[in-house]
Amino acid sequence: MQNPYWPYPVRIDNVITETEDKNLKTFKFIFLNPEDEEKFAYKAGQFAELSITGKGEIPIGIASSPTEKGFVMFTVNKVGLVSSFLHAMRPGDIMGIRGPLGNWYPWEKMEGKNVIIIGGGFAFTTLRSSIIYMLANRSKFKDIHVIYGARSPGMLLYRDELAEWEKRDDINMHITVDATDDPDWKYNVGFVPTITEQKAPPSDGETYAIICGPPIMIKFTQPVLDKLGYDNDHIIMSLENRMKCGIGICGRCNIGKEFVCKDGPVFTLGELNTTPKEY
Amino acid sequence: MKVIKIDKKDWAGGLGKLSDAYRLFGPVKDKDVSDFKELAAGELPDFDFLNTNLSAKSAVFPQNEVMFEYSLDESQEDHHIMKEPEKDYSPRAVIGIRPCDAAAFLLVKRNFDTPEYKDPYWIRAYEASTFVGLACNDPGKTCFCTTAGCGPFHEDGLDVLIADAGDHFLAKAITEKGEALLQAAGWGAEADGGQIETMKKAAEAKISSTVSTDSLKDKVTTELYDASFWEDTAFACLNCGTCTYVCPTCWCFDIQDENYGKAGIRMRNWDSCMYPLFTIHGSGHNPRGTKTQRVRQRFMHKLKYYVDKYGAGIQCVGCGRCVRLCPVNIDIREVCEFMNSYDPAATTCKAA
Ligand SMILES: Cc1cc2nc3c(=O)[nH]c(=O)nc-3n(C[C@H](O)[C@H](O)[C@H](O)COP(=O)(O)OP(=O)(O)OC[C@H]3O[C@@H](n4cnc5c(N)ncnc54)[C@H](O)[C@@H]3O)c2cc1C
Ligand code: SF4
Ligand code: SF4
Ligand code: FES
Repeated sequence: MQNPYWPYPVRIDNVITETEDKNLKTFKFIFLNPEDEEKFAYKAGQFAELSITGKGEIPIGIASSPTEKGFVMFTVNKVGLVSSFLHAMRPGDIMGIRGPLGNWYPWEKMEGKNVIIIGGGFAFTTLRSSIIYMLANRSKFKDIHVIYGARSPGMLLYRDELAEWEKRDDINMHITVDATDDPDWKYNVGFVPTITEQKAPPSDGETYAIICGPPIMIKFTQPVLDKLGYDNDHIIMSLENRMKCGIGICGRCNIGKEFVCKDGPVFTLGELNTTPKEY
Repeated sequence: MKVIKIDKKDWAGGLGKLSDAYRLFGPVKDKDVSDFKELAAGELPDFDFLNTNLSAKSAVFPQNEVMFEYSLDESQEDHHIMKEPEKDYSPRAVIGIRPCDAAAFLLVKRNFDTPEYKDPYWIRAYEASTFVGLACNDPGKTCFCTTAGCGPFHEDGLDVLIADAGDHFLAKAITEKGEALLQAAGWGAEADGGQIETMKKAAEAKISSTVSTDSLKDKVTTELYDASFWEDTAFACLNCGTCTYVCPTCWCFDIQDENYGKAGIRMRNWDSCMYPLFTIHGSGHNPRGTKTQRVRQRFMHKLKYYVDKYGAGIQCVGCGRCVRLCPVNIDIREVCEFMNSYDPAATTCKAA
């Protein structure tokens, strides 16, 4: 019997400090047993339990894309026990990864459609995975728009990649910050809901919007999307409930009868409207 | 299947033989409460109980269980890598489990043994077990098993059903596992099965406590969730967690690492939806931060979410433990009636 609680052993290959407050670091992992990488076949939007031996496990969205081979990547905010310990770990250290877990963004349905990605703060991790995935499969999608905001330029994740995407003409980037005194800042200034109102294309009836960010951003972006003609079945969100098992067994992450870890974390707004709002 | 008569004078001898082939678990008294324990050599289960304080779930799902072992010592080759410990999954027999507790394993199995994921610890322990049930001749006042999909002589989930008939037991083999156990004990005198049927009818007739569950599946989840009775229902709750702890159908657990010097174990421990820590995020945000939200979660899970998820009835076998042991007398039977008869139209303000 395969033990779904057993983490694949991995080695930390590389650690990058992403943000100016040093609270977000990106970790690249390499599987100790190459065959485990094959077993870890994932899709953009899924997550994994990072297992820090002796401390515990934390659910973290997969930031690398299935089209990137040879490693998996996660970006972790320093919050409490496990994430703080991870922040102090170094390349070469051994730990574990359990997954992939949960469902993914509805790639099958989004093929042939326009896609708009809206992200705020550090909830951009699985959105990075999604962008890389879509760019590697560019012909499968119509127009791609990305609205991504952070408090300040130094708080944006993956800044080098953002700059590269800005230069491409097959993806429409709308990067924004809440405020900045940087005279060289070339992009937008303003909150995500405002920029969405100004830059997001109206829905053609089939456009999908994937939206990840702090509750306050989601709350104010939703009415904007309504106005732009997005219906609830085309607005896709990803939830972050507290988790332990990640496989629908330990009982803590439910919203109504759905387990966020197993039936989610990705839900349409339409689905969320039929469940208790316990997230 | 066969019904066997076991003379009470042959009881201890039979159990003695069984202990060669099985690890035996049974109810034993500690001061004035009974609970399931692994029986020491020669120790007999004590059948003088209405029901045990804690359910029998620990025979398969211990309160604390090691999932993995690891070493943090970097001079060891496999340091920081999780290893499954050796465990004893040799045959075990749970003697004297009440039919409600045995039926509860079948409800809980839907959670631990799913098409996508199999919980190896639970499944191996469950498969290693033979359940020898003790029928309830005199059910308690808080037992409502007959309307909770179960009953005092209910057989589902059992391998053998034993009924106390005065100077002897009647033992009905329900599965092949059960038949094998009776044989291993050397109990073989066939008896007439009719007497069990008579005893069953008499026991069922003694149950006066009931719940109605027929309309639960038709309620709209969000309406039931927003019902006005939750505040009142939860008012006296202390969030002590007793109800979940004693319940045979509560399965939630936590996972923790425990280090001893340079070695350690990853273990799981029973947890409870009654505790705020169960759901609090690292940010401090808590989707079930109030006690009303937590009490509602417990009842909604058992009486609505489970009903909708599996289409196989409620997640409660009517053992009555939570009713008997709640320090402030919160009663699932009453809450079930509120939920089953809830009509949002009748409770909204008719201003227009
Ligand atoms: C599907 C999903 C994807 C996520 N993706 C990311 C990501 O890409 N980057 C990132 O930085 N964070 C992400 N999070 C949040 C991250 O899991 C928590 O910040 C983290 O668990 C905090 O753990 P801690 O031990 O540092 O904090 P503590 O407060 O000490 O938490 C102790 C334990 O509680 C649990 N826990 C606490 N908070 C959360 C939470 N918000 N969500 C789930 N479990 C929690 C964990 O098991 C944790 O080990 C994600 C959460 C989920 C559910
Ligand atoms: S036993 Fe009673 S008081 Fe304690 S948590 Fe359960 S309902 Fe609340
Ligand atoms: S909810 Fe109460 S009555 Fe039902 S099985 Fe659990 S402890 Fe027994
Ligand atoms: S994390 Fe255990 S059920 Fe979702």
